[in-house]
Amino acid sequence: MTVPVIGVLALQGDVREHVAALTGVGAQARPVRRPEELDAVDGLVIPGGESTTISKLTDIFELREPIDKRIAAGLPVYGSCAGMIMLAAEVLDGRPDQRGFAGIEMTVRRNAFGRQVDSFEAPVALAGVDGGPFHAVFIRAPWVERVGAGVDVLGEVTDGPAAGRIVAVRQGNLVATSFHPELTGDLRLHRYFVDLVRAA
Amino acid sequence: MSDSTTPPVSATPVVGTARVKRGMAEMLKGGVIMDVVTPDQAKIAEDAGAVAVMALERVPADIRAQGGVSRMSDPDMIDGIINAVSIPVMAKARIGHFVEAQILQSLGVDYVDESEVLTPADFANHIDKWAFTVPFVCGATCLGEAMRRINEGAAMIRSKGEAGTGDVSNATTHMRKIRTEIRRLQALPADELYVAAKEMQAPYELVKEVAETGKLPVVLFTAGGIATPADAAMMMQLGAEGVFVGSGIFKSGNPAQRAAAIVKATTFHDDPDVLAKVSRGLGEAMVGINVDDLPQPHRLAERGW
Repeated sequence: MTVPVIGVLALQGDVREHVAALTGVGAQARPVRRPEELDAVDGLVIPGGESTTISKLTDIFELREPIDKRIAAGLPVYGSCAGMIMLAAEVLDGRPDQRGFAGIEMTVRRNAFGRQVDSFEAPVALAGVDGGPFHAVFIRAPWVERVGAGVDVLGEVTDGPAAGRIVAVRQGNLVATSFHPELTGDLRLHRYFVDLVRAA
Repeated sequence: MSDSTTPPVSATPVVGTARVKRGMAEMLKGGVIMDVVTPDQAKIAEDAGAVAVMALERVPADIRAQGGVSRMSDPDMIDGIINAVSIPVMAKARIGHFVEAQILQSLGVDYVDESEVLTPADFANHIDKWAFTVPFVCGATCLGEAMRRINEGAAMIRSKGEAGTGDVSNATTHMRKIRTEIRRLQALPADELYVAAKEMQAPYELVKEVAETGKLPVVLFTAGGIATPADAAMMMQLGAEGVFVGSGIFKSGNPAQRAAAIVKATTFHDDPDVLAKVSRGLGEAMVGINVDDLPQPHRLAERGW
């Protein structure tokens, strides 16, 4: 795999920004809306967006089972914000019928930092990513309330009222962040993910 | 997109930045935002896959039918809708009515629509949107108007269309015009951008940015007259990044089914097979009014400047 093919789940959300970031670090990025498009990718990104909408469209367009199967078979997946919610085994403050891909053993709380007026930017350092803290953008973001034994915590909020909250995790080939590196032009996390796909 | 890392401006969290305001709209892309007047309607919209709801007292078709001065909604009604759903809630303030906007921010709405659908409160000035933590979406009929709103702090733009009609023709006109004017700017030599800015009554810096990037610096949605899945898909193919549906859903025969169909059509806007499938059996669309039949003073798109 010289140039990994990475899909971006394109049911709703900031798909274009992830495609641009993945392309910027040398991957071949393409939108995924159909099961046959999923078959052709080496890794998948679940973008920021509205998790209730993405969850619903995942069922309607029959992507849930194929994605679950690929995840069980080791497909590397990175989710930002709504994508983190979609990768969580348990979601708090979501709709009762909202379901993720049962990927990472973690409990995530939706809109945990508050409403849009509480959306914020803050520096967050990630374990395993050099070059100083990320300028992290949190938009109606979730946080991770609990992680299982197999989950590595990569980053936490360090200052302000939410100090100590977990906002980046990894379990095997699955990576999730509460914030949106795709909005800032900082490509380090996408490079980290593409390296993970290459090694998988 | 640069590969360099942006140094954090502050160690402590900062709210209300242009990036979190514009970024919020980025997260709504590819989605449908639906007008709702009750918590029950908000739940139907959320069930159908809406990315956000717009809380208002009367949908545009009723505002049009009933006349009178149309204002911000009752805070109790907005609270009821905020409590009913987990998706973002938007609400409308009158053009120039900065106190209505202050109240909406205090209620915790996620986006304020400074909207021509309500009766304007100021015929010279729009709201200074930089002064708020909550982000704003504003309507535009052309690129100059869009850039004036962005200059005032709008973090999202939508075409105006002609709200409450079910006639998509004005939304089409506005979306095509904005896109054509962007392409024209891209084609101009750099030394002609100064006059272009003057002619468009827009700040030179924004004109230059649009000419260089080929897009607005904020997300561009469509609104005004969208009533069917095909309407939504056409606007997406014309370059809209998402769709507002006002009267088109809850003034139709089967709102839940139509809402879900418009959501699917927006995601698969470029796939006629999916569009054909979701367009079946939706029952009555809203009755509709031809924009040409509206007397000039009743055209909402001409409010705002």
